[in-house]
Amino acid sequence: MRLATRNRLSSGGVLSLPLVWTFLFLFIPYAILFIYSFWEKKFPTFVPAFQFGNYLELMVDPQYVRVLLRTIKIAGLVSLLSLLLAYPYAYFLVHKVKRPGVKLVLYMAVVLPLWVSYLLRAYTWKTILGTQGILNSFLVSTGILSEPSSVFLYNQTAMVVTLTYVFIPFMVMPIYAALEKIPGSLTEASRDLGMSAIQTFVRVTLPLSMPGVIAGFTMTFCLSFGDFIAPFLVGGPDGMMIANVIATQFGAALNWPLGSALALVMLVIVLTIITLSDRLQGVGRGKYA
Amino acid sequence: MSEVIRIENLRKEFGDVIGVADVSLSIERGEYVTLLGPSGCGKSTLLRMIGGFEAPTSGTIWLDGEDVTDLPPNQRAVNMVFQDYALFPHMTVGQNVGYGLRVSGTPRAEIKPRVAETLSLVGLTDKADTSPAELSGGQRQRVALARAIVRHPKVLLLDEPLSALDANLREQMQVELRNLHNKVGLTFIMVTHDQSEALVMSDRVVVMRDGRVSQTGDPVSLYDAPANSYVADFIGATNLFASPVKASNGKIFVSCFGQELEIDHPAVDGVPAAERLFGFRPEKARLVRANGSVPQGNLLKGRLENVLYHGAMIRSVVVVGEGRILVDTLLDDTFDPARHAGTGDEVFVDIDPHKIMPFARDGAS
Repeated sequence: MRLATRNRLSSGGVLSLPLVWTFLFLFIPYAILFIYSFWEKKFPTFVPAFQFGNYLELMVDPQYVRVLLRTIKIAGLVSLLSLLLAYPYAYFLVHKVKRPGVKLVLYMAVVLPLWVSYLLRAYTWKTILGTQGILNSFLVSTGILSEPSSVFLYNQTAMVVTLTYVFIPFMVMPIYAALEKIPGSLTEASRDLGMSAIQTFVRVTLPLSMPGVIAGFTMTFCLSFGDFIAPFLVGGPDGMMIANVIATQFGAALNWPLGSALALVMLVIVLTIITLSDRLQGVGRGKYA
Repeated sequence: MSEVIRIENLRKEFGDVIGVADVSLSIERGEYVTLLGPSGCGKSTLLRMIGGFEAPTSGTIWLDGEDVTDLPPNQRAVNMVFQDYALFPHMTVGQNVGYGLRVSGTPRAEIKPRVAETLSLVGLTDKADTSPAELSGGQRQRVALARAIVRHPKVLLLDEPLSALDANLREQMQVELRNLHNKVGLTFIMVTHDQSEALVMSDRVVVMRDGRVSQTGDPVSLYDAPANSYVADFIGATNLFASPVKASNGKIFVSCFGQELEIDHPAVDGVPAAERLFGFRPEKARLVRANGSVPQGNLLKGRLENVLYHGAMIRSVVVVGEGRILVDTLLDDTFDPARHAGTGDEVFVDIDPHKIMPFARDGAS
């Protein structure tokens, strides 16, 4: 009895710091955003109020819906491209690379860029895709282009490429972990029971690696969904994403209420995706018996 | 009976390590064969080569007259029960068992009854829609069996199938596996490191050592006439000792830890020979308490060091000179604890000259 009380007290003690932290720096800021989102814009600044005008404006003004859809499209393309690149890579690492040393080096090659500043990594693509960039110099020097082209930079393709490069580690890591966890005897059993290598992949390896795919998809999608550096650096005029709009509302436009409403819409979308992916994970999660 | 598997000069190297050195083996249809040996003797590698999971470095595997040495696992009419069962966690028990039928061109309508029939064969009729994770170890084992036999393979391979089960369940499954073998009439090849399991279950045991076959035979002949000291020592317990052979007065004698014993074995003639190995089984000897007088018999004198109780029998450890001799005594109705020697007593070990077996020093004799 006394031990139980003491356990409760000590676990309360351990938990209190993170709880305070979460409350101060996560819950309160969101609560403030929530309150702001009902305030009213009154030139030159804004005043306290309780009205749904900001949310209404987001629904009525087509430019916000357009930016939102574009953001979803780009985040979706980034996740898809990451998946198509990361899955074969992770599969290759787990199943084809036999030497542990080589495996580690190839794995670190993916993870290591995470230690480099995000801004720097995004900026790299500016130097690759720009008119003075590596790509153009190469194409001009080989004679494929007569003069440097500006089509590579400042568009949505450049954004998808940059964001994929930046966030692909978040796809490789969970897929690698999921593939690594599948016991070799399962694929052997499938071959033993008459399935070819491809059938085995489709029926055993792929379904059992789905938790990793879902986790990776969720992370790359949510991270690129909220990104505002890549649009800023390589996006150009039609590359603005939802986070850029929010930044503008809090900055130059000085419309914090609208920015807050937009931020909350974004939060709801991301939370919905995370909840969905959690559900899917629960369905696909196989216990290795 | 006809031959279903023929293995010729099979060899497998893993880099510098030799997994299987040179194995030739013939297995009859319907036989229950066990590959027995300590870990690293090559028994699992041999089984995996038959299953198609390892490519032999050299040699040939014939399955029912067809050379399958280079065929992938999915093109061989053999199926394997894996040590960890390898049940697909994302499928139900029924789907696991039906998995192998989906490719073999079995009509959909036929799969369900075949699965049900096989599940009833292993006593899991009501588990078809359960997830493998919800089953006990013994039940998983049965699902793995059902999944492997549903395709009616020419040979069923079992890789240490019972090693993950606890002792009671293991004994029960030994009987069930044996019954299943009788019922389905398939050829079983099982790998085990457990010599008693091999003796209980098999028609024929292949004892392996260092990638080679040390002896092949039915359990009785392996136990009663081990071809060498390795087999004698690995299967059951054996009191081994090295000695030259000496003849006097028409009798042949060997020396067991400094004391003379008479031996009468057809393989040992009267010709004095250099040192070689001899041995006898603990249960063939008899323990006699020394009561001041020396009893009649073929005797070793020693001191009782320890008595190990095994339930149905006791094993006495007797110190004889530099060595230790084991003597097993059955605890049947004739056993009288009052007359049995206690620890520290002077005792005699009585052994029939016929029961002492000669061995080549090592390897094949």
